Amino acid sequence: MNQSIKVEKTVTIDKPTAELYRFWRHFENLPRFTRHLKDVRVSNDKRSHWITSGLLDGTIEWDAEIIDDRPNELIAWKSVANADVDNAGSVQFKPAPGDRGTEVKVVTVYNPPAGVIGDAISKLFGENPKQQIGDDLARFKMLMEAGEIATNDGQLSGRRNSKD
Amino acid sequence: MRAVCWQGTNNVQVETVPDPKIINPRDAIVKITSTAICGSDLHLYDGFVPTMEQGDILGHEFMGEVVELGSAVHNLKVGDRVVVPFPIACGGCFFCKQKLTSLCDNSNPNAFMAEAIMGHSPAGLFGYSHMLGGYAGGQAEYVRVPFADVGPFKIPDGLADEQVLFLTDIFPTGYMAAENCDIQSGHIVAIWGCGPVAQFAIRSAYMLGAERVIAIDRVPERLQMAEQGGAEVLNFEKVDVGEALKEMTGGRGPDAVMDAVGMEAHGMGVEGLIDKAKQAVRLETDRPHVLRQAILACRKGGTVSIPGVYGGFVDSMPMGAAMNKGLTFKMGQTHVHRYLQTLLDRVQNGEIDPSFVITHRLPLEQAPHGYEIFKHKKDNCIKIVLKPGQAA
Ligand SMILES: NC(=O)c1ccc[n+]([C@@H]2O[C@H](COP(=O)([O-])OP(=O)(O)OC[C@H]3O[C@@H](n4cnc5c(N)ncnc54)[C@H](O)[C@@H]3O)[C@@H](O)[C@H]2O)c1
Ligand SMILES: [Zn+2]
Ligand SMILES: [Zn+2]
Repeated sequence: MNQSIKVEKTVTIDKPTAELYRFWRHFENLPRFTRHLKDVRVSNDKRSHWITSGLLDGTIEWDAEIIDDRPNELIAWKSVANADVDNAGSVQFKPAPGDRGTEVKVVTVYNPPAGVIGDAISKLFGENPKQQIGDDLARFKMLMEAGEIATNDGQLSGRRNSKD
Repeated sequence: MRAVCWQGTNNVQVETVPDPKIINPRDAIVKITSTAICGSDLHLYDGFVPTMEQGDILGHEFMGEVVELGSAVHNLKVGDRVVVPFPIACGGCFFCKQKLTSLCDNSNPNAFMAEAIMGHSPAGLFGYSHMLGGYAGGQAEYVRVPFADVGPFKIPDGLADEQVLFLTDIFPTGYMAAENCDIQSGHIVAIWGCGPVAQFAIRSAYMLGAERVIAIDRVPERLQMAEQGGAEVLNFEKVDVGEALKEMTGGRGPDAVMDAVGMEAHGMGVEGLIDKAKQAVRLETDRPHVLRQAILACRKGGTVSIPGVYGGFVDSMPMGAAMNKGLTFKMGQTHVHRYLQTLLDRVQNGEIDPSFVITHRLPLEQAPHGYEIFKHKKDNCIKIVLKPGQAA
């Protein structure tokens, strides 16, 4: 049996809670800063379909449902029963002291199943889940504060035998 | 294009690499007309900064002409002549809003590496290791400049490259280090090092009202340039610096002390040898010889200003002296953006001509030779400007 993986991470973003809540509430936006998500399709106010990327042998998909939604404060979601990957998450928005914007806290829990998919999921989230969520949150912050995500992808170098 | 690449410790080569491209909407491409080698580059050259990779393009002091703009940059035009601050800053985060641009939250794509070592990540820098962003530097013919609507600063006509190039780093660095000395009337400031940063720090300390500046080094032509800037000088190989400073300040010690040398300070005697040995086997990453001496020399209640770069850990810091003497420490990579206009004004009104510090002008192709003479202080080398596109 694989162990359930729980990760918590908080970052302060210099934007009003309402603006951050609104962006996140549109789950279609999540792949813009979440590295392992390729696509999120929203079916209705509660329900959405999530598709991962970055797996060698294809994608893993599941349906999720919003289980709590408090405007400008909190959004919580959970995979529906019988999803390949049993997972849940929440994001909390709290005004930071001293007019410094919003403290954004993300909590995610994965219960990877046994077997091939479970191994793939563990690979995807398991190596350093806290850093992965941290990186995703850092990219969310960049997108909100700077309007784009800083990158050195495609950055040139004089590396010998390199493809860039 | 041609670019200066780090190929390992004590090895830089000019290589042909692909031209940079716009990647993000706020990027610009700048065609470089002048670029300098910095003392900070020597820390890379000497192999003391972790997370360098073979082939990385060096250089963080550069200026030139805008040749291409991303779709979100509206305050620049193709053809503008700009200097580019060495820290990369987004303009929108908590730190940028306070003009603490070297602490920008959003410019380091490899923030996690810096966080592992320092707890939090400072701004990304041009050409300064993967831990600090992995960005290609500007000792090259072209460079990609991220957040180009914030960094590049337009230069008015009538000023030569050599008069404004150092606004990218060493002039603001010397100036901020002097500001950090909290200079009051009658104050005496002691500055360790007479490299390019110190040369600007000496002149800035006088601009900010210092009564006297005492500068310390051992390289004759650097000491001489410090004297030309109005400093009294001490050769640390010839005198006991601590004793000399006491005598020169009526026994009080300097009101502020500045470490403009950093992690590769030349140590004297047994202490110096021990630090060198520890650094060689990475028991200690930095050699804090100057910092120790400065703390002991500083007067009670004085200020320690540290523009010299440290990367990791130091041993045997005289914390007891610092604490019991009630010292204040101020340091950091320079928030270059916030000094551009005021220092340009000082250049324009003739208060200072930063080109005084240049001793060598070389084609970019001769960068390997440049690093050698700058590192070993050969041929009276103090500051080198490289010119891309010139025949070798
Ligand atoms: N804070 C910043 O943003 C910033 C920006 C630029 C440079 N720097 C740092 O500033 C420092 C100086 O830069 P630079 O370009 O002037 O470099 P440099 O290497 O040319 O100058 C260093 C000088 O220190 C002298 N020195 C060595 N040991 C000494 C000792 N024990 N006592 C007195 N002097 C000693 C050397 O002889 C040399 O002249 C470097 O650490 C560099 O990385 C910091
Ligand atoms: Zn520099
Ligand atoms: Zn910023």
